[in-house]
Order: sequence, then structure tokens, then C-alpha cells
Amino acid sequence: MALSVIALAAQAQGAPEQLSISVAVIIFVLAMFVGLEVIAKVPVTLHTPLMSGSNAISGITIIGALLAAGIGGWLGGVFGTLAVAAAMINVVGGYLVTDRMLRMFKRKD
Amino acid sequence: MAAPAMMMPAAAFQLGAGTIKFSYLAAAVLFIFALKAMASPRTARRGNLTGAVGMLIAIVVTLLSGGLHWRWIIIGLLIGSSIGALLALTVRMTAMPQMVAMFNGFGGLASATVVIVEFWKPGAPSTDLYFVVTVAVSTLIGWITFTGSLVAFAKLQGVVIPSRPIVLPLQKAANFGLLAVTIGLMVLLGCSPSHRELLVPIAVLSAGLGVMFVIPIGGADMPVVISLLNSYSGLAAAATGFVLGNIGLIIAGALVGASGIVLTRLMCTAMNRSLVNVLFGAVGARAARTGEAEERRVTSWTPEDVAMVLESASLAVVVPGYGMAVAQAQHAIKELDDLLAERGVTVKFGIHPVAGRMPGHMNVLLAEADVPYEQLCDIDEINPEFEHCDAVLVIGANDVVNPAARYDKGSPIYGMPILDVDKARSVIVCKRTLGPGFAGVDNELFYSDKTAMLFGDAKAMVTAVVRALK
Repeated sequence: MALSVIALAAQAQGAPEQLSISVAVIIFVLAMFVGLEVIAKVPVTLHTPLMSGSNAISGITIIGALLAAGIGGWLGGVFGTLAVAAAMINVVGGYLVTDRMLRMFKRKD
Repeated sequence: MAAPAMMMPAAAFQLGAGTIKFSYLAAAVLFIFALKAMASPRTARRGNLTGAVGMLIAIVVTLLSGGLHWRWIIIGLLIGSSIGALLALTVRMTAMPQMVAMFNGFGGLASATVVIVEFWKPGAPSTDLYFVVTVAVSTLIGWITFTGSLVAFAKLQGVVIPSRPIVLPLQKAANFGLLAVTIGLMVLLGCSPSHRELLVPIAVLSAGLGVMFVIPIGGADMPVVISLLNSYSGLAAAATGFVLGNIGLIIAGALVGASGIVLTRLMCTAMNRSLVNVLFGAVGARAARTGEAEERRVTSWTPEDVAMVLESASLAVVVPGYGMAVAQAQHAIKELDDLLAERGVTVKFGIHPVAGRMPGHMNVLLAEADVPYEQLCDIDEINPEFEHCDAVLVIGANDVVNPAARYDKGSPIYGMPILDVDKARSVIVCKRTLGPGFAGVDNELFYSDKTAMLFGDAKAMVTAVVRALK
């Protein structure tokens, strides 16, 4: 499952032209299925770190934010910088707090 | 430090388009591995690190793609990283639900603001229908996520907005009206993409929708809302990925969206309610049913009584609820756990999926107090154990142990899977008062012959039991 998404995405990446809508939608749907499958295996005990960890992943918007910051005058300056800051809070905060939590989960010694 | 960086644009070093694209794909693959590793507490920490490496690759590659405006980027990076680090390292574990709510919100805000810049940037394909539609959808999800999360944060933190549901007159009608107008404007924008200014009211209305959608939802339904907003923050990122034509964003966003959906579904099942009912049911808004106000007798015990019963048990189960989080009783409970273990008592923890204010809330608090995760049992693991359990200690939980959920068809919690604590030989309920739980229903369990109440603050009472044991 995961492999098929990656293969398809790789093929789409290889194409020189802009990502086509249909390919984008197919990749999105397949990735959703991969997500559903993988997440179903996460034990209840880790659900909070899962949320904060997936939050950090949604900070991937940072890519868009970095490209947008400063484009087209004040609008890109203000909103782009805001986007970079907000996404970075997610990325840095998300990974750190998840690590802090996961460090606490210990087995019986 | 900032100066050389600013002088290092395009010419110095620049990656090719192919390298960049494949790096994003590599990042997405690492995210999948990161989530896979979450399947066990043993591998989870390394998994989180894997995800962080993926993110670092994505960021570094983007920074090397050339043509960036360093001044703004450095300001944003510095502000965001320091706020994020500060929050992550100082937040208390009991405040984790509001923390996660806030992070969801920032995810939504980031996506929404990226889209604003993309839409108005010079040379944007703003007459392309696909582009305009994805921009509008991304705006809708992004702003709903942002303001909805802010309201959830305020409710959980107990600032500005009370945590009980706030129901305005005609709220449902108003919500649907607002949604209809927003979608109408989106269609209008799609039909006449040259009117770019239409995106402004769409953004404002979406922000309003976020507020309206979370404000009628009560504290105990928060696990559902946080899971749902978690899903939205991912979908917002994916929508932005569609706007930018970026596969990394699409895959990562879809993964997070799916994760939120799984959790939302789990939470709804654990309450035997549909998502629609949680979102629009406003449970907890009506005043507690007074009904037949007959005086009923309960047995009230002292901490010494409790210590005696627990000490002589061979299997004791602790059932924590939101009350444990409020009182910060987890460390005292760990001490109790240790003392009982020394005396040969097997102690397990029975954790209901919706105990607390977010999925896994109790588990994190107990992990913080060094309770090994093998001792934490979910509802399916613990329910068969109650039959041969000598003593159950319920700490600050109510609705999740109410036997009425099994037989009383008139009860709002009817059909909800509960922890069968009433099957144990004796039950001790530590609670401040006899007051009903969040759902506003009286709990039959408190009046049962085998139940004893331990009235008081969870932390103070557990500490008193610990003292009695020593």
C-alpha cells in the first residue's frame, strides 16, 4: 500500500510538467488509506503523542511558507512571515513536546 | 549572523528542481515510517526522530531552492522556533490537551496564510479554475481549524470562554446559513475568478464558522473535537499542497488527516454517539435532571478504611478520570501503586478511551508519574478482569463507570461502552461530591451496597491513603 503511493508519487515527480490534478487526487486518496492503515495500529496509550506528533507533520506547510515569505510586497511580507512562524511553532513545538512525552513511557524494570 | 545568510541567495548554491522534488518525497516516506513506529512505545521515540529528520530535509532543501526572501524567512523562523520550543519545554503534562489544540490551530493558520500570499502574488494563475477552487477550499479549512482550535484552547484552559456548552438561539440554523453563504461565495469566486477580493469574506466567514462550530461543545466532548481539528489541520496542509502542486504537502497532510479521522471515530465509538450528535447535540447544556429527589444513602469511608481494603486485595484496579488530571493526583497514585506492589497486590489501571480531555490523556499523565505502560489497560483488556478483582479505586471518573449505560434506555449515556467496575468485589469512588457527571445523570454505582465513597480532592485523598498504608 505504502509502496504504491511512493511509486506513483515518484513517477509523478519524475515528470517534468506541473503535477496534474488527477494524479494529485489519486496520491492524496492513497496516502489517506496508508494513514488509516498505519494509525489503526497505534496503541491507545500513545494516542496523545500521536496527536502532537502528527501535528508536527502537518507543519510541513513550512515548505509553502518559506516559498511564500516576502513574495509580492507587504502582503507576502506580513502573511508569509506569519505563515513561517506559525508552521515553525508546529514543527519545533510538535517534535519537542512529542519527544518529551515519549521519553516518559517506560517499561517495568 | 543574519547578514551573511541574506547575502547567500541563489548564486551561492542552488538545488535542481528534480532533487528538490525527490527530497520532498523522501520526507513524506520518512513521515510514514515515523507513524509506523508509533505502533509501540519502544520504537515510538525513534520514530518521532525519523519524522523530524524528514522535516529537516524538507526545510533545508526548500531553503536551498533559491530565489527566497531571506529577511522575512529569518524573522519567521526565529519567532516560530523560539515560541515553539518555549511552549514545548515548559508546558505541564496536565495542560497537554490545550497545547495540542493550539498546535492544531497554528497548523491551520499557516496553511491559510500561505494560500493568501499564493493567491495574490504577481503572476499567480488566478483565472485557472483548479487553482481558484483549491485556494478557496484551503482557505475554508485553514481558517475553521485556526479559530475552532482557539476556542477549544480557551475552553480547555478555562480562559475567556466557559467550558460548558454555549448554545445561542437558532444556532444550528445560523451555522448552516453561515456555511451556505460561505460555499455560495466560493462558487461565485470560482465563476468569476477575477474578483479576487471575494476571498476576504470567505476567509472571515470561515473564521466565524470555526468559532460557531466549537462553542456549543462541552468539555467532556473535547476528545472528539481535538481529534477532528487534528484531522482538519492535516487536510488544510494537503489542500495547500494542491494549491502549490506539492506532493510532500499532499502526502503528509493526508496522513495527518487520516490520523485525526481514526481518533475521531474511536472517540465517537467510545461514547456511542455519532459525530453529528457530538457536534450539534450540545450534551451537558441542559441543567442536571433533578427527577425524583429522594434521599439515598451512600457509604462513606475514611482513607484508613480504603487503605485496609486495598492492602488485602490480590488484584486492585485504579480507574482514573478527568478528576485525576484536575487534582494532579498522578504522582500520589504512583506512590500508592508502589506501596501496594510491595505488599503483593497486583495493581492495574483501567483507562476508558474518553477519560480526560483528549485521546490518551490519562496514559500520558500516568507515564509522567513513571507508571510502566504495561500496567495501563484499555477497556477491552480490563473489563474481563473486574470479575476477579477485589477492589476498584475510581478516581475522578463518573460517566464512564455508570452502569445505567448498560440498561437505562432513557439515559443520555445509554449504550456507551463502560468499564464494568460494578462487577468487582468492592468499589471505592474518590470524588469531591455526589454531583452528577458531565452528562448530567445520577450514578447508580454510588448507591450500590458494595460501593464506598471517599469524599475529597483526589490528590489529598490518595495521599491520605498512602499515609495510612505507611
